Amino acid sequence: MTASAATDSTTIVANRGRRTIRWRRLLLHGAVIGLVVIWLLPTIGLFINSVRPPIDVANSGWWTALFPPWDFTIANYEQVLARNGIANAFVNSVLITLPATIIPIAVASFAAYAFSWMHFRGRDWIFVVLVALLVIPLQTTFVPLLTLLGPKGIHLLGAGPGAFVAVWLAHTGYGLPFAIFLVTGYMRGLPKEVFESAAIDGAGHASAFFRLALPMSVPVLAALAIFQFLFVWNDLLVALMFIGAQNAGNLPLTIAIANLSTSLGGDWQLLMAAAFISMALPLVVFFALQRYFVRGITGGAVKG
Amino acid sequence: MDTRLVAAILIVVGLPAFLIGYILLIETLLRPVPERWQGRIRPWLWLAPALAFLGFFLVYPTFNTIVLSFQDRFSKAFVGLNNYAYFLSNADTLVSLRNNVIWLVLLTALAVGLGLLIAVLVDRVRYEPAAKSVIFLPLAISFVGAGIIWRFVYDYAPPGQPQTGLLNAAVTAVGFQPQTWLQDAPTNTIALILVAVWIWTGFCMVILSAALKGISVELMEAARVDGATELQVFRGITLPLLLPAIAVVATTMVITALKAFDIVYVMTSGNFDTNVIANQMYKELFTNNQPGRASAIAVVLLVLIVPVMIINIRRFREQEAIR
Repeated sequence: MTASAATDSTTIVANRGRRTIRWRRLLLHGAVIGLVVIWLLPTIGLFINSVRPPIDVANSGWWTALFPPWDFTIANYEQVLARNGIANAFVNSVLITLPATIIPIAVASFAAYAFSWMHFRGRDWIFVVLVALLVIPLQTTFVPLLTLLGPKGIHLLGAGPGAFVAVWLAHTGYGLPFAIFLVTGYMRGLPKEVFESAAIDGAGHASAFFRLALPMSVPVLAALAIFQFLFVWNDLLVALMFIGAQNAGNLPLTIAIANLSTSLGGDWQLLMAAAFISMALPLVVFFALQRYFVRGITGGAVKG
Repeated sequence: MDTRLVAAILIVVGLPAFLIGYILLIETLLRPVPERWQGRIRPWLWLAPALAFLGFFLVYPTFNTIVLSFQDRFSKAFVGLNNYAYFLSNADTLVSLRNNVIWLVLLTALAVGLGLLIAVLVDRVRYEPAAKSVIFLPLAISFVGAGIIWRFVYDYAPPGQPQTGLLNAAVTAVGFQPQTWLQDAPTNTIALILVAVWIWTGFCMVILSAALKGISVELMEAARVDGATELQVFRGITLPLLLPAIAVVATTMVITALKAFDIVYVMTSGNFDTNVIANQMYKELFTNNQPGRASAIAVVLLVLIVPVMIINIRRFREQEAIR
């Protein structure tokens, strides 16, 4: 009797416990899904609006397009690609981004190799300076660089093809502290024995670097490549400084779209199509290489 | 178009060849050098390209900017502290300085707080990877793109007309008047900061989530067996162990807030009292043609960042000591 009463009460308690746990689970899923929806909605809204006819965009919210009658069009994309120099800006962005990604990766891996596998006086000291450089705001460097590279100096900036070279080199300089920091952290962790036995076999530093250090560092180099790619592709400030907002032929997508956004008062649907074009490549890169992207973030967490 | 294609091919093929050539060249040049000297010279040759870039694009300009900030608009005569006096007496710059403080507090608190919350929440669901991808997706989008996305969230139509902005549609649906979110100070600065929070929460979440995975499950289980509630586990175990990671993301957010530029430039151009110092510097440099004043603003920015720099160096030294 007493025993069964005891079991009864424990089942009741257990049931109650299970019920609160179920409520908690529900609350948890609700919170997570709610946050995910909030995070997605703005982007979905932009995309849907970019495939709606202009009249609809101006007169009703994008969510109304989800219900029939459906009326979607790609006319906005055709128009913005044909008319507003967006196609040209896309090519410019590619031409700016490729070298500005390749150069810093190469230069950083040379330096990282030296920091990891060579001994020299001042090594630790230089590395501390590098950590300090991680957080230097780009703004601090603009006035002197504009003087050196601008019309008063070697006249590289603005409308000519030289502006691209200036932007490549500048992005290399700005990206290097993070790049060296990230790659050195990884290369130092590579097994020492491999390099020692290579040295015993008579391999020089060049072959140790190209045959061992580089292939073994592919994961971190991939992470860095994605990072630098996204950073340069999405950059507005450096391009504004070294190319300027007005040199139509040289503009990357970010400036071209920022210009559209101030000039296109009423033609919003074009702006949205343009914005989505600028996101297409980063989103593809992001989804294809997400794993490396996360590794890059967690590996170099002190970047400014 | 054709010349561009040629240029692109040259870049993609020629550039790596050139860079690889540099290493092969210095190693060839070093071969006849006596061994003892090789060891001394080689590291510097390997470092030379990096040091040249860093020196030219970061170190020299930073020092030069400090000098320029004490000079007039032609960068000739020294004018003492005039540029700083202007900075501290001009209403526009003071507003932007105030806004940066708001940015710093709100962006850091919200992005780190939400990032922590989401990291802890998604740790308990099976669809964690998918949920995380969505949260850090905005990080792949440019600030320019994000600014445009959010202009349509904050869009305004007069009362009575159909609202096309998501936020005003929601506000009017529950019976309130639509708001001009981007024009009404001081809430418009908060509206801009929320865009930055949307972008940066994913960054905080990823780092905090990685740190969370590093905490031993046994430790938490032991506490739960001893009767600790979830909240007690979080406060007593999770939070203290996450503190180093929180410090990392918080310092990153502080720097991000101080350097904020793109979102303001695209969404309001700094109008309606939303200006920030980076944008003010851009205006002094290009609109007002005042490199001295622009440099002074940059130096203020630098001074504000120095504490973070010191914290970073100290943390780096500690990690090196452990290694």
